[in-house]
Amino acid sequence: MLLFSDSFLLLQPLKKGLIALDKMRMNKLKILLLLFFVFIGVPTLLNAQDTIVENHSEAEASLDKFNPGKMIVEHISDEHGWHLWGHTEIPLPIIVYSKERGLAVFSSSNFEHGHKTYNGYMLDENKIVAVNEIEPTDAHQATVNEELTKGLYDISITKNVVSLMVSIILLLVIFGSVAKAYRTRPNQSPKGLQSLMEPLIIFVRDDVAKSSIGPKYEKYMPYILTVFFFIWLNNLLGLIPVFPGGANLTGNIAITMSLAVMTLLITIFSANKHYWHHVFAIPGVPVWVLIILTPIEILGVFLRPFVLMIRLFANIMAGHIIALSFVALIFIFGEMHAAVGAGIGIVSLVFMVFMGLLELLVGFLQAYVFALLSAIYIGAAVEEHDHDTEGYDAHVEEALIV
Amino acid sequence: MELVKPAFGLTFWMVLGFLIVLFLLTKFAWKPILQALHDREKSIDEALNAAKKAKEEISNLKADNEKLLAEARQERDKILKEARITKDNIINEARDKATLEADRLLALAREGIHNEKMAAITDLKNQVALLSVEIAEKVMKQQLSNDDKQKALVADLLKEVKMN
Repeated sequence: MLLFSDSFLLLQPLKKGLIALDKMRMNKLKILLLLFFVFIGVPTLLNAQDTIVENHSEAEASLDKFNPGKMIVEHISDEHGWHLWGHTEIPLPIIVYSKERGLAVFSSSNFEHGHKTYNGYMLDENKIVAVNEIEPTDAHQATVNEELTKGLYDISITKNVVSLMVSIILLLVIFGSVAKAYRTRPNQSPKGLQSLMEPLIIFVRDDVAKSSIGPKYEKYMPYILTVFFFIWLNNLLGLIPVFPGGANLTGNIAITMSLAVMTLLITIFSANKHYWHHVFAIPGVPVWVLIILTPIEILGVFLRPFVLMIRLFANIMAGHIIALSFVALIFIFGEMHAAVGAGIGIVSLVFMVFMGLLELLVGFLQAYVFALLSAIYIGAAVEEHDHDTEGYDAHVEEALIV
Repeated sequence: MELVKPAFGLTFWMVLGFLIVLFLLTKFAWKPILQALHDREKSIDEALNAAKKAKEEISNLKADNEKLLAEARQERDKILKEARITKDNIINEARDKATLEADRLLALAREGIHNEKMAAITDLKNQVALLSVEIAEKVMKQQLSNDDKQKALVADLLKEVKMN
């Protein structure tokens, strides 16, 4: 799965980049950036996967020692409660619903870092499970009610949900004030925050939406703009190590899945006759070839947003893992000897700064790539095809994807 | 692999939150911003076009002015030329008229002189004739005072007749 999606990861932007080169008259820099992300993004993803696997086996071996794998996975996963430092954390609301027990809302501090049960629930590896004991007891002696746990709807305000809300408020504040600036000073040159955002908005409009979707771009502008700024802002917030940043929101599969599904839905619901015709029966292709091509085309409809999901998730998660790995290195060597830890610390710091800068770039790039590819997919769905060239394009596309 | 399993709660909040932010931003940010950008681009285009048009008009006006000026200059030259011609004509006419008048007067004078001269000559002739008759009378009276002289004269006259 990973290998397949990697080759897809590699081919997709390359191909899109090449198409973009003549189609959208993109300049060389953008192509370079795209290639750059491919070569940086993919190896880091592979490394990250290895790290996790290794660390998992280590975790079982020694529990008392510093466990980098556990530390990293904890940091990039969602949490009930926002861990600040030491044993200090901001408790967050737990909201669970089950048919049998109804809705339950209480603070995550009741779990006491997973050591206690509360209201018949407890934390197991940061997941809420139902237990048989209703009264608060020691979590280690509680018995898990498997049946209830299965029918449990956990819509707690987790660390990522808080981060999501922060980013939504930021988006509304930033663009609300920018919009206000446009309203109060019509037909004048931009000022302040407005002049920071205007080139970006114009960039998304002209280089992402207009060039990929074509004349019908205006209808999809709000979605493309929101996706771009949502992803970018959250990528940047994820780079801030302290509250309210640092949550691995865009590196969470639920977030990227939601975004990818929205792109898929928009693509499917705005697709015209030509698109479906192209999917189910590529014009100018013999029937026996269609038997092979049509399933691939149908798969492609879903594969494209799937890759969109994986790409953003993997890139951002990998960035977090690398940053955390450098921190982990310091402690691993620090356990050997304090001086070694300090020496490694300096090296790690240099690498972390470098990675931080790289992640700044990746953060923008991933937002751009997600928005661009969404726009390209929507563009393919609404494009009025020219029948003569269509068959040829399809062949090239298939050859590249397979 | 807890990492690649989308959590229900986060997906729920994400979809909800994203749709809300999409709706709010569309209504209160993207539409006004894009509209404002569009309007501004339009107004800039219009201003540029207007400037271009004004420039064209000015250059047209300039060309018109130059044309007008050239025409005026031409007109002036024409008028001046015509005036010069008229002047020359008037002068020539006057000169011709003067010459004609002078000629006429001269001719009149000449005629007058001639007539006077003729009259004078006629008068003189008459006077001479009268004088001659008187002289001849006086001579005759003296010469024919005696018979001899009369006979001699008749003889002379006869001699003359013979010679003829």
